[in-house]
Amino acid sequence: MLVDEAEETKTIVKVSGVNAKKCMKCGKCSATCPSFAEMDIHPHRFVSMVEEGDVLALMQSKSLWKCLSCFACVERCPRGVEPANLIEAARLMVIRERGRNRLKAEMIPSLLDERMPQQLLVSAFRKYSK
Amino acid sequence: MKFSYYPGCTLKTRAASLDEAARLSAEALGVIMEELPEWQCCGAVYPMARDEYATKLSAVRALDGAKQSDQPLLTLCSACHHVIKRVNNDMRTDSEMRMKVNNYMQLDTPYAGETEVIHYLEMLRDAVGFGKLREKVTNPLSGRKIAAYYGCMLLRPSSVMQFDNPENPSIMEDFIAAIGAEPVKYPYRNECCGGYVSVEEKSIAQDMSRRITHSAASGGAEAVLTACPLCLYNLNENGTGEVQVYYFTELLAQALGLKTVEGGLAHAC
Ligand code: SF4
Ligand code: SF4
Repeated sequence: MLVDEAEETKTIVKVSGVNAKKCMKCGKCSATCPSFAEMDIHPHRFVSMVEEGDVLALMQSKSLWKCLSCFACVERCPRGVEPANLIEAARLMVIRERGRNRLKAEMIPSLLDERMPQQLLVSAFRKYSK
Repeated sequence: MKFSYYPGCTLKTRAASLDEAARLSAEALGVIMEELPEWQCCGAVYPMARDEYATKLSAVRALDGAKQSDQPLLTLCSACHHVIKRVNNDMRTDSEMRMKVNNYMQLDTPYAGETEVIHYLEMLRDAVGFGKLREKVTNPLSGRKIAAYYGCMLLRPSSVMQFDNPENPSIMEDFIAAIGAEPVKYPYRNECCGGYVSVEEKSIAQDMSRRITHSAASGGAEAVLTACPLCLYNLNENGTGEVQVYYFTELLAQALGLKTVEGGLAHAC
């Protein structure tokens, strides 16, 4: 499918509600991210990539699936930028396309254990599938 | 003291003990928890995207249910509390969302964020009072060293949650002291347990949960308390096994002499 990167950027900005221009590039969001070591693109880069209109790489990043929605970057950003909203918007751009769900119902039986709370499955489906 | 109560799905199933101990304790403390006549799953995670409406409707229905009874809405699970409190904030502050949700729901009176959302711990602190709770304790957990695990959902983002100081909270430690135990503070008490990634990437949740349980144990804690079924699962399944993990209401019910928790903690009291 032909993708227009400028359009995708606009959508991510709108859906996330983030003003990337507020970022002062201090890196605190990445420094505090508990998933930093797992990510290929880090929270401060989510912000600069959206600012630069370079969102296709972000949408292919494995960081989409490593963010824990812990809101540490949101809480600790001195400029109120909310990097977590950007990675959420980028993930949604991916899974809102037909056939792009990360988690499928038929995968569940093999992932289940008897102590797993329902909350875990609901959260994972909300984050990884549409 | 009467509240509308939103239990949530997991509290009816895997985390039934969190709910049951909360109800027993509330009764003993003179607090009436009136379960909403109808409620649906809150979705467990707050939809951050500005164009998500349908995924927020169940929270709005719960909030409006409490409004109908003219009562604050009491929550217990950290995730339900987080979702419902943030959606309520959206209904109060985001006029576009308020309009779209109300257009869809067609309530008799539009909902605009009127309900007050209160977590059970806040209810203990503000409605009962930790001093009063201390007086009601018949079976204090004297000499026990217990650590609080706050995790993410109760505290962040603090601008909306307004639960406690997000970097140096004290409500759970004050609760632990009120039931007669000695609270243990440790560095990872407000860091993430790994949350939902543990469904497909156990190793990430293991790294995080191990840091938390090891940090608590290094501080001398024998048990850790949480309000969240997913935190409890991660700390138990993916932690180091150095500490026992309980729901805070289980130890509350025990301290009030209503119920003994399963596991080792009961015996030495
Ligand atoms: S913490 Fe905030 S201001 Fe600093 S780099 Fe991250 S987004 Fe930018
Ligand atoms: S919300 Fe995601 S990106 Fe932000 S600190 Fe947590 S894991 Fe990292």
